[in-house]
Amino acid sequence: MTSANVLGLAAAIIVVVTLFEMLRRHRLREKYALIWFVLAMGSLAIAAFPAILFGLSDLLNVQVPSNLIFFIASLLLLAMSLQHSFEIGKLEERTRTLAEEVALLRLNADATERPTDPIDRSAE
Amino acid sequence: MPQFQIATIPRVPRTESPPRVLVIVPAWNEQDSVGRTVREILEVHPEVDVLVVDDGSGDATAERAEAAGARVARLPFNLGVGGAMRTGYRHAVREGYDIAVQIDADGQHDPRFLPALIAELDHADICIGVRFAKPDDPYTVRGPRRWAMFLLAKVLSRLAGTRLTDVTSGFRACNRRAMTVFAEHYPAEYLGDTVESLVIATRVGCTVTQVPIDMRRRIAGTASASPIRAAVFLFRAVVALGLALVRKWPASFDEGVVAEDGPLPLDAA
Repeated sequence: MTSANVLGLAAAIIVVVTLFEMLRRHRLREKYALIWFVLAMGSLAIAAFPAILFGLSDLLNVQVPSNLIFFIASLLLLAMSLQHSFEIGKLEERTRTLAEEVALLRLNADATERPTDPIDRSAE
Repeated sequence: MPQFQIATIPRVPRTESPPRVLVIVPAWNEQDSVGRTVREILEVHPEVDVLVVDDGSGDATAERAEAAGARVARLPFNLGVGGAMRTGYRHAVREGYDIAVQIDADGQHDPRFLPALIAELDHADICIGVRFAKPDDPYTVRGPRRWAMFLLAKVLSRLAGTRLTDVTSGFRACNRRAMTVFAEHYPAEYLGDTVESLVIATRVGCTVTQVPIDMRRRIAGTASASPIRAAVFLFRAVVALGLALVRKWPASFDEGVVAEDGPLPLDAA
């Protein structure tokens, strides 16, 4: 077993354990955990059985197997950051709506609590 | 997602009594001018209600606006003019106002032009008070900012089917039809509040018109006028316009925004 294999195996195991712990402590929602779990399992499988990667590279006519890894990894990371941008945008729209609603609720609460004319209040 | 049926909302209020007008003043750190602006509006037009939307100011904007006689909606943090205006339009829709007018807190919009804007709403849904329509106007801009405004005006004139000369003006009046659209869709992005909102309105079938007004110097604060800022403005204007044109409107966010009290109050009279 080469040192590269050991490195890959160790990294994959760390990811799987971290994921499991985060899920257990309710730090990660399932919808995000699933994709990470699939990734961790994939890297674990390749680290343990490099033959998978070599076979796949041959099949796709990729001459250097590590390039296939880089290609797939960068594509996946791109997809995930795009997904996160989408989620952030949705959250921003929601916080914006909430902020607007809070402002209007406070306005109404002020009106019911202090029915006096605001001009009179300032004169006090 | 409720579909907008603009045609079902009457353009002119059904009642014979004068229309209820809400003046929305978006204000962010404008403590030096907001009080004067509000007082002036109420002085010239005592019959209107003034709602100052305090856009997360860190100064005494809200207090001074309240002292001047306005109602104040306080946003918990800064959302930009778009967020402040959508808050105002929602308030206007829910409280059953017939007309909503935006007047900036910096005092450059003269409330004496309010009746002229409102009069135009007899045959249009949105009326913009514009700067460059008169040849003797003292207010001029040059360079990239001028090109940007020219481009924006050209494209939006085409969309609206009428000649518009300054679409970035924040002095505008809306009737109930436009208000209902804006209560749901009012972009928060830069320039979205002026340019994109007009694109949205024309897309859903609102008509836009303009009246010439004199723009005054700001009471306090400085206008952004450096050439670099103007170039940035041009760039952002092109981006905002491009986005507005390719985007699908009305947008369908996953939750109804105004509709939580039941269906959109489309035919509330």
